[in-house]
Amino acid sequence: MSTLEKTRRRGGIKNVSLFITVILFVGLFAAGSVRYDRFLSLSTFLNLFNDNAYLIIVSVGITFVLLTGGIDISVASTLAFTCVFSAFLLRLGVPAFVVIPLVLLIGLGVGALMGFLIHSYDLQPFIVTLAGQFFMRGLCAVISTESIPISDGFYKSMALGKVAFGKAKLYYYVFIALAVVALAYYVLKYTKFGRGVYAVGGGEQSAVLMGLPVARTKISVYAISGFCAALAGVVFSFYTLAGYSLQNMGLELDAISSAVIGGTLLTGGVGTVIGTMFGVLIQGVIQTIVTYQNLNTWWTKVTIAALLCVFIVIQRIIAIRAEKLKNKG
Amino acid sequence: MDAEKLLLRMEHISKRFPAVVALDDVEFSLRAGEIHALLGENGAGKSTLIKVLTGVEQRDSGTVWLEGKEIFPRTPQEAQETGISTVYQEVNLCPNLSVAENIYIGREPRRAGRIDWKTINRKAAELLGRFNLNIDVTQNLDAYSVAVQQMVAIARAVDISARVLILDEPTSSLTAVEVQKLFEIMRMLKSQGMGIIFVTHFLDQVYEVTDTITVLRNGEYVGTYATAELPRVQLVGKMIGKEYAELEGSAAAKGGEERMGEVLVELRGAGSASIPDVNLEIRRGEVLGLSGLLGSGRSETARLIFGVDRMERGEVDVRGRKTEVRGTLAAIRSGFAFCPENRKTEGIVGDLTIRENIVLALQTKRGMLRAISRAEAEKIADEYIEKLAIKTPSQDQLIRNLSGGNQQKVILARWLATNPDLLMLDEPTRGIDIGTKAEIQKIVIQLAEEGMALIFISSEIDEMLRCCNRMAVLRDKVKVAELSGEEISEAAIMNLIAGGAQNEQPA
Repeated sequence: MSTLEKTRRRGGIKNVSLFITVILFVGLFAAGSVRYDRFLSLSTFLNLFNDNAYLIIVSVGITFVLLTGGIDISVASTLAFTCVFSAFLLRLGVPAFVVIPLVLLIGLGVGALMGFLIHSYDLQPFIVTLAGQFFMRGLCAVISTESIPISDGFYKSMALGKVAFGKAKLYYYVFIALAVVALAYYVLKYTKFGRGVYAVGGGEQSAVLMGLPVARTKISVYAISGFCAALAGVVFSFYTLAGYSLQNMGLELDAISSAVIGGTLLTGGVGTVIGTMFGVLIQGVIQTIVTYQNLNTWWTKVTIAALLCVFIVIQRIIAIRAEKLKNKG
Repeated sequence: MDAEKLLLRMEHISKRFPAVVALDDVEFSLRAGEIHALLGENGAGKSTLIKVLTGVEQRDSGTVWLEGKEIFPRTPQEAQETGISTVYQEVNLCPNLSVAENIYIGREPRRAGRIDWKTINRKAAELLGRFNLNIDVTQNLDAYSVAVQQMVAIARAVDISARVLILDEPTSSLTAVEVQKLFEIMRMLKSQGMGIIFVTHFLDQVYEVTDTITVLRNGEYVGTYATAELPRVQLVGKMIGKEYAELEGSAAAKGGEERMGEVLVELRGAGSASIPDVNLEIRRGEVLGLSGLLGSGRSETARLIFGVDRMERGEVDVRGRKTEVRGTLAAIRSGFAFCPENRKTEGIVGDLTIRENIVLALQTKRGMLRAISRAEAEKIADEYIEKLAIKTPSQDQLIRNLSGGNQQKVILARWLATNPDLLMLDEPTRGIDIGTKAEIQKIVIQLAEEGMALIFISSEIDEMLRCCNRMAVLRDKVKVAELSGEEISEAAIMNLIAGGAQNEQPA
């Protein structure tokens, strides 16, 4: 096989995961449409975004971390903390335009701090963000173990504000999520920082020797992940109009699985936020189908578990085949 | 010497690490348009000198001038900006990024604030074109061979306006043809006025491509010489601090048929996924060489025997009895030992001590339930540190702190501790200094004399001639000949290896 042909085959592989993800999404959506009468509608499609806006934001944030080869399991707690702390402050009468920037800054700061610890002391990201998870979840309970309702006017307007497309509707906060995806896509593809994220994931030592700002990059991805978690928290509190300390337990794993289904490798260096978004949407479709089928919602998890296994196996097979192709030359 | 006329001048450079003085008052000069070999045994201080120059480490004292200006690089980035670029032995690029991006990352051309991918791809293709490398630059780097990756690394380094290019053992994993291509590029860059520092272990290459040689030994400066005026024997003498004649003493390997004993292992039509059909006999008391180009099936044969690669067909007799190869544990228990080619990833366990590394295989052989006591482990470690002359302050030293040669000796000790009947060594001396090389060769011969069966794999024919008393020559995964006794000669082997591929001269 000629070198060119060989590499062309290999080149397809870069986007195979994304391709499979999109096909899978379309396939699931089509299957739902065939099976259930009122499934096929713009409304069903847009509701995937309405229901999962916060998860898209968290998953995009965590994708940055995964791309560097790290992991962040603190995001669900950061999200919950944001909800509880926002609700707490709003109840004290602090205005929304103070509360929102403040909680976003906290998310950013906590993420940056974890990134700093991970990088400067060469610690395992898993342990550091596990500590972050306990810490933030603990703080939630310290503020209140009860659910705190939100009655702020701005939050209420965001909870209800929507754009209608006929019978279908898109809530305002979905646009926040889409903006996050678009911005993340741009940053990862067209900025030095974004390419640095991929480089660190491809080989941290190499990145250092190529003169890239590895320290800044590594700390930044955790800061971004923390910020996105806090932003998702704000969106989630629009959505629920309450803050509760036990909200979204285990959400970090949904975010990670979304990224993986979307083609991100946990070893770092490979993945896209578009893929991640589709990863979230796939979980959304499955959830919708499970609801239509009137099954226990845990079936969602069972299905996603099966999907995850299939996906990582497929990724592995692709990698092995690529390796073989290369060695044959 | 007048510093003004030189491209690079290093004077009185010293660097201490906690346990050792790595550089002691070393000097080094490089002219524009010069290829300058930096030579020395492992632990001589080459790596440290390079690290000081590239900002990976900071010098404790001394001065560095680049084009008459004093510099003090604190990071590789700073060194790059001043015009000093390095290409390392292991390609230090990102395999998951495209070829073009690897060349421009960190200094991407931008348009309207965003990275201009079109320009990157176009410029990368142009740049590689000048190196006669016409490949699709939008493909991921890991779609290409190590040789291409290295060219890409050099292209990147050169493009970053390098005045000084450091090539740190770039040829270790290249085939002979690829090495020639690299040399062409080096000569081209030299003619453009670049100064190139070339670190290597291959003396042939030094004489082929360099103008000047600087030798370091034990962290000290030995001298700088014009390559053409320094005979090889003298060079080796300067590197190891002893006369070359002592090395020649070990050249009495050939012959030795009389000590060859019974057949230990016999393979008949054995094959794995990576090698189709092996027919081979290994006898006690002999060193059987597996000769051939990279990828000819040398390592694959060893891996097959050791059960690393699953045997899919054929038969194996061990000690005259038909045996099934069931994996590495079974192989260890039946008295086999295998030092793989890739010392860093398949050999050493970097974060364990020398002692722990030595007893690993023995512990495996015995099984987990019969733990080796601390006292016993210490005894074994001491024994082999002495026997193999492993240079270390103590057996508690982490193995990753040792030089390559000493690491290799530890791996050797690991297998010797299991008291094997068959020892397979895959490139045991690659990237190792001449002194240690000679020691390892001596050990190999000695082990055979004591009745062990050995399989020896090396890319260096000299070394094969010195060690082996029988030789199987492989080409394209097939054994094309077996030589023994008088038949073994450099010319015979080269002819056999070249066979169908006339252009490929072995290194």
